[in-house]
Amino acid sequence: MIAAARCVVARDLLLALRRRSDVATALLFFVIVASLFPLGIGAEPNLLRAIAPGVIWVAALLSSMLSLGRLFAADHADGTLEQMLLGAAPAGVVAAAKVLAHWLVSGLPLVAIAPLIALQYDLPAPLYGTLVLSLLLGTPVLSLIGAVGAALTLGLRGGGVLLSLLVLPLYVPVLIFGAGSVDMAAAGLSPQGQLQLLAAMLVTSAAFAPWAIAAALRISTE
Amino acid sequence: MSATIKWFWFASPQSFFPLAGTIARVCWLGAALLAGAGLYVGFFVAPTDAQQGEAYRIIFIHVPAAWMSMFLYLVMASWAAIGLALNTRLSGMMASAIAPTGALFTFIALWTGALWGRPTWGAYWVWDARLTSELVLLFLYLGFMALQAAIDDPRRADRAGALLAIVGVVNVPIIYYSVQWWNTLHQGASVSLTRAPSMASTMLTGMLLMALAFWLYSIAAALTRVRCIILERE
Repeated sequence: MIAAARCVVARDLLLALRRRSDVATALLFFVIVASLFPLGIGAEPNLLRAIAPGVIWVAALLSSMLSLGRLFAADHADGTLEQMLLGAAPAGVVAAAKVLAHWLVSGLPLVAIAPLIALQYDLPAPLYGTLVLSLLLGTPVLSLIGAVGAALTLGLRGGGVLLSLLVLPLYVPVLIFGAGSVDMAAAGLSPQGQLQLLAAMLVTSAAFAPWAIAAALRISTE
Repeated sequence: MSATIKWFWFASPQSFFPLAGTIARVCWLGAALLAGAGLYVGFFVAPTDAQQGEAYRIIFIHVPAAWMSMFLYLVMASWAAIGLALNTRLSGMMASAIAPTGALFTFIALWTGALWGRPTWGAYWVWDARLTSELVLLFLYLGFMALQAAIDDPRRADRAGALLAIVGVVNVPIIYYSVQWWNTLHQGASVSLTRAPSMASTMLTGMLLMALAFWLYSIAAALTRVRCIILERE
């Protein structure tokens, strides 16, 4: 079971490595969206500092949603996905492995580049730790919840827009606690409560989402 | 043995079709009568509110609609879960028949809330916890309907929608509490089961009459819609 999971992760990472531009596009999207806000609302430093956590989180949300479409699409198109579901490894494990690989490719770089955006927004340096930690806890939840939507909309017309309609409302709690933790730290309070709630959401979704994803894949591929 | 078979007798769309028609007719009639009575009590019998004047009278639409909007999502998700567990065709049809009514009530609750908010809070929309979670609920309904509309095969549409509704229903409390924690301005609930209601009894009567009317309307609308779906599919 572990071997199967490792195999799927390694394969997906290798595929991502071969198609590096795909990974870069989602990351660039994150940077560009975050850079558009100051152009739209003005470069007043206090305002930017105030909105930075929210903007970074919303940009992360959109960027992670954008890359969800690729999660199962290629495997579905060439039949690999059906073989994986037919194989001996439990479908939930395969799903979890695919989500993990997707997060390593799309979520982790985003966490790494977030301090750069924070720099653009003149966020005080002590908040970087909270920002990175909140993204580190929150982006896997986004991938897990999003994967359910991606599996449900597999091969449908207008899949991308539909996916955003299904998934974005479910992202609301992650956004509130993610951006809230940084706001809390900015106000000089301890962000521990929000971070713990994010961690709780991560544990819960990691436990249950893979099975929902597997069920959705079964519905979509039958 | 025969009892178990009887239970599933109406699970077949063919045998449910005439029953749905009968129940729907009764419920349409009941909804019309109760709504008439409720509106009469609400507009002519209930006293004017000391603080909010006549504007509060929208409560007779607003609160029952908000109740129904949340309750119908639960009903929809339960039908969806039954459909996934027992693999009955009718359950999926019921879930997709309830969704538009639920979305309608969510929209009515938001709309009347906006009209009520203008004279009392001075704004049509505020980013308050209950308003925001009601808005998210509307998005969840619309997502469910959009997903079902995008899938051509009705069986796959039912099952995909069912899974989405279940994921949604698990998330609804999380969304509700996270949003509530984020911001609260809305007045507390005026009616609760654990303590005496903080309003005149005629107001409560009007509201309960309207709530019952909305219940019957929901049943009638869902059953009428499910009849159309049965005709379309079978």
